[in-house]
Amino acid sequence: MEALRIQSLKKAFGGLPAIADVSLRVEAGERRLIIGPNGAGKTTLFNLLTGDLPRDAGSIELFGLEVSRLATHARVHMGLARTYQIITLFPKDTLEHNVALSLLGLSRTRWNTFGRLPQRFLEEARTVLARVGLESVARRPIAEVAYGEKRRAEIAMALAQKPRVLLLDEPLAGLSREERAQVKTLIGGIPRETTVVMIEHDMDTALDMADRITVLHYGRVIVEGTRAEVVADPKTREVYLGH
Amino acid sequence: MRWIVALVLAALLPLVAGEYYINLASQILIFAVFAASINLLLGYGGLPTLGHAAYLGIGAYVSALLQLKLGFGHLMAAPLAVLATTLMGCAFGLIALRATGLGFLMLTLALSQVLWGTAYRWVSMTDGDNGLRGLARPAPFGLDLNQAMPFYYFALIIGVLSIWLMARFVGSAFGATLKGARDQPRRMSALGYDVWLIRWITFVYASFWGAVSGLLFVYYHKYIHPVSLSLANSAEGLLAVIAGGSGTLAGPLVGAAIVLLLKNWASAYIERWNMLLGFVFVFIVVFMPEGVVPGVQRLWKRFVSRA
Repeated sequence: MEALRIQSLKKAFGGLPAIADVSLRVEAGERRLIIGPNGAGKTTLFNLLTGDLPRDAGSIELFGLEVSRLATHARVHMGLARTYQIITLFPKDTLEHNVALSLLGLSRTRWNTFGRLPQRFLEEARTVLARVGLESVARRPIAEVAYGEKRRAEIAMALAQKPRVLLLDEPLAGLSREERAQVKTLIGGIPRETTVVMIEHDMDTALDMADRITVLHYGRVIVEGTRAEVVADPKTREVYLGH
Repeated sequence: MRWIVALVLAALLPLVAGEYYINLASQILIFAVFAASINLLLGYGGLPTLGHAAYLGIGAYVSALLQLKLGFGHLMAAPLAVLATTLMGCAFGLIALRATGLGFLMLTLALSQVLWGTAYRWVSMTDGDNGLRGLARPAPFGLDLNQAMPFYYFALIIGVLSIWLMARFVGSAFGATLKGARDQPRRMSALGYDVWLIRWITFVYASFWGAVSGLLFVYYHKYIHPVSLSLANSAEGLLAVIAGGSGTLAGPLVGAAIVLLLKNWASAYIERWNMLLGFVFVFIVVFMPEGVVPGVQRLWKRFVSRA
């Protein structure tokens, strides 16, 4: 079963193609790494998948259902979740409130205009935060916690929704070696019911986390395969490793 | 606790104040409901509206016209006026929420100006610049509201109920999503929220309370003029929210009191009271850019920590 099937996807900004022509298939439960140099179109690809940006042409199927005409929130309700490269949490609110908002996003309670946010959301949020080792800072505002903790909170928010497909946009960027190990463990522990597609700029840090790897360059897929295949391919060396 | 003290003081006010001040307090309550409804959009939704007088004005006009033209009693006219205004809010929301920020501001302004112009020009219906006269205050359960004190208590009950329900709205689960949509709309979409729908529901809710303030307004004045639909009226409401502190519950109440007290006191002593109002706003924006309520809280905290 394919979790994600992208065909001939195209997106240009003012005549400049960011995604020139991308076709991609990701199996359910797979860990897919998308790498490529700066400007390869990695984040644009994610933005097209989530609906943050409208596509120019092509199709996006999530578990066999065409979603490219759906709004972002509708895709989320079909099991798609993402994290952002630049942290976009709610800085004044506590970690547990941030995660509770994530849980609320998929609940009908979000339309309740009279009753307070039920305690069970905060309790469940604390459970989710405990799973990623953040229970001790659950009641602190996001603005007051360390960068690495923000990253983990970001992933916790996505995981709280128990997504079928999780898109991680450079989850290891800007982290210390220690923090990187923590986040890697966290990603490694995501159950196989969730398909994970991850963007990384730095190839070496993430290669061991993926089943298959896609190399993107100037908005096109130039190499795809297992770790060994991709590393051995001369095109990878040429465009990515630079030698 | 502070709210209970304020409520007790408000309830005791007619026992110590004269008729002039009781009437002034009634007007502040009415304006506070209006400002609080603007605060739903501006403070909690991050949507600056410059056309909210449309809902106050149409609520008031529909109620007045139903009585004068069709001979309806208050019992029928009031809910119909609120319903009609809220339905108008549904339609206007569809238009205004095609944009946010400055675009939203201009669309709300344009929509309200259409109504203001219509009220001026459609003389056969609205009597244009003369306004609609000959209206009576309601008499709920046979109580005569023509005196200052009973009307004040009527306005107090409706005002407290309105503001309490608006407070429940922003304190609810939905209110949490509204604040999220204000701060990080893109992020909220990625969490599964329909940001546009959240804003539209809030817009409709705010127009409902705008209509309620319009009913109180027309009951108080027993008269309605196109000026209540004007840009100046919308701007005064917006200024009251900004001066008092947008995104706070007490802000619009304090802002409404500042605007009306200045208007009434200052206009008794100086001719150019508008200028004084302007100076006060400049002072507030310079020294307490977040508004009087959060500003005073900040100064108080500083004072306490030093003491």
